[in-house]
Amino acid sequence: MSTIQSSVAVGAQSSALDVRKIREDFPILKRTMNGKPFVYLDNGATSLKPQAVIDAEIGYYTELGANIHRGVYEFSEKASALYDQARSKVAGFIGARDARQVVFTKSATESVNLIVYGWALKNIKPGDEICVSEIEHHANFVPWQMLAERCGATLRFIPLLPAEGTLDLSQLDQLINERTRVVAVTAMSNVTGYMPPLELILRRARAVGAITVVDGAQWVSHTAVDVESLDTDFLVFSAHKMCGPTGVGVLYGREQLLEEMDPFLFGGDMVQRVRKEKTVFKQIPDKFEAGTPNIAGVIGFGSAIDYLLGVGMEAIHAHEQQLLAYAMQQVSNVDTITTYGPSDLLSRGGILSFNVGDAHPHDTGTILDEDGIAVRTGLHCAHPFMHALGIPGTTRASFYLYNDKQDVDRLIASVRRVAEIFA
Amino acid sequence: MSLEEDIYKEIILDNYRSRKNRMRLEDADLHSEGANPSCGDDVELFIKLSGDTIEAVSYEGIGCSICCASANLLCESLRGRSLAEAQQIILQYRDMLLEDGEPEFAEEISDLEAMQGVKNYPVRIKCALLAWNTVRDMLQNSAGGGQGG
Repeated sequence: MSTIQSSVAVGAQSSALDVRKIREDFPILKRTMNGKPFVYLDNGATSLKPQAVIDAEIGYYTELGANIHRGVYEFSEKASALYDQARSKVAGFIGARDARQVVFTKSATESVNLIVYGWALKNIKPGDEICVSEIEHHANFVPWQMLAERCGATLRFIPLLPAEGTLDLSQLDQLINERTRVVAVTAMSNVTGYMPPLELILRRARAVGAITVVDGAQWVSHTAVDVESLDTDFLVFSAHKMCGPTGVGVLYGREQLLEEMDPFLFGGDMVQRVRKEKTVFKQIPDKFEAGTPNIAGVIGFGSAIDYLLGVGMEAIHAHEQQLLAYAMQQVSNVDTITTYGPSDLLSRGGILSFNVGDAHPHDTGTILDEDGIAVRTGLHCAHPFMHALGIPGTTRASFYLYNDKQDVDRLIASVRRVAEIFA
Repeated sequence: MSLEEDIYKEIILDNYRSRKNRMRLEDADLHSEGANPSCGDDVELFIKLSGDTIEAVSYEGIGCSICCASANLLCESLRGRSLAEAQQIILQYRDMLLEDGEPEFAEEISDLEAMQGVKNYPVRIKCALLAWNTVRDMLQNSAGGGQGG
């Protein structure tokens, strides 16, 4: 309880961001839903897009239109340059040494699959162990489960402490041992916003020589990230959760590992030289990007990075923590509400998962929808997490840079309505 | 159109909370499971037959108010019916939600009409149909399997 109190004190400070000005950048926030001003609290699922990103994507179609890395004409070269610049921007954003360490995929899910198909399938042997946590999103769980089945490897889980909402690291040295080849863990839970002590887990993984995969889908969009100091082998995330377009994911990897990895897709644009007898692939990252990529999306992503850097990642993180503290304080005034996640709000991102009395999350979501509020309800693509908590799902409000205290107030008012209907 | 008028009315909330039909039937003749993977709703239905009459019917599961209320109403309205009558009720119920069928349920099962308001909330129709689709498939499969009813 004392942690919540001190965090509320943080929440009482003025916002780290000029939210009113930021909201002007997001055209969809001017809309209504079910006749009410639109309150968007489903940022864990995807973020809204600022006009600058929409313009960048439209600009490619209206001004350039050409494919990349092929034509010798001006528009194609310009499109190629914008595409490559976006890669450099992403590399800079996460502190990668070299833009070649950034591979564009279609989603964070595909990025995990690329590691599984390109690296793990040829390196994992029967008896090897793969360690994940019990709170993973399916994207960072199902691919490893399939890999373990195919290779005869054993899947181990860092367990959840249901009451605390944190991971139980007391058995870490047994769970990650000399047989462990892969440690795949989330940097921020998509259900509760909990940020596990990554450094501790990655240090243990390095000590036994396992490769490390960090799921940054909920994390990279909300905080300043430096992959060099994090010292992970791989980091995956997606553009659409960070003000960018849908259909673009990122795989960051250590150069040496990416070079060892096999391509997953074969065909055009990933080849150096093709003879009837033998094909030589391009170097990283191109060898992983066969076929025409999502050019407009990647260019839009570059614009999203510019936008986020213009606002400042540390300010965004601070703003979300203030909102979370405020929301937790307001929620504590509603008797029948149960919240999930650690009480130490500083170990969490801007996610509030809750249930109201005996109302099922879908009923809560329907009532919130009628009040113009978008949230996620259900199992959040994290079934093992929900089973560990022993609940049929939650309602999740997740914040981003354009949310403000008014959004939280609207949420709480609607939650009170849920409590009345299901009283 | 408002939520309190359309779906969160007393009949539905009472049926949601009712535990009367929530149990496993250990000696069930028919048993089937249905799930909506996108939302996590999950029901199991149990039917005990006496000849071609549904002697007992119950359900277990996890789901929202619409899902559980419709499952409870299903048990209330199919108990004691012949298989042919049951299929007729299932048909009418589905028509009410999927087509523009005006329901004409017998007096003793007219509570089923309470579910009609769900039609105004298209994303929730699948909640109201989960148990009913499950029982429809179960009865069809058992008839196809030579149940002889």
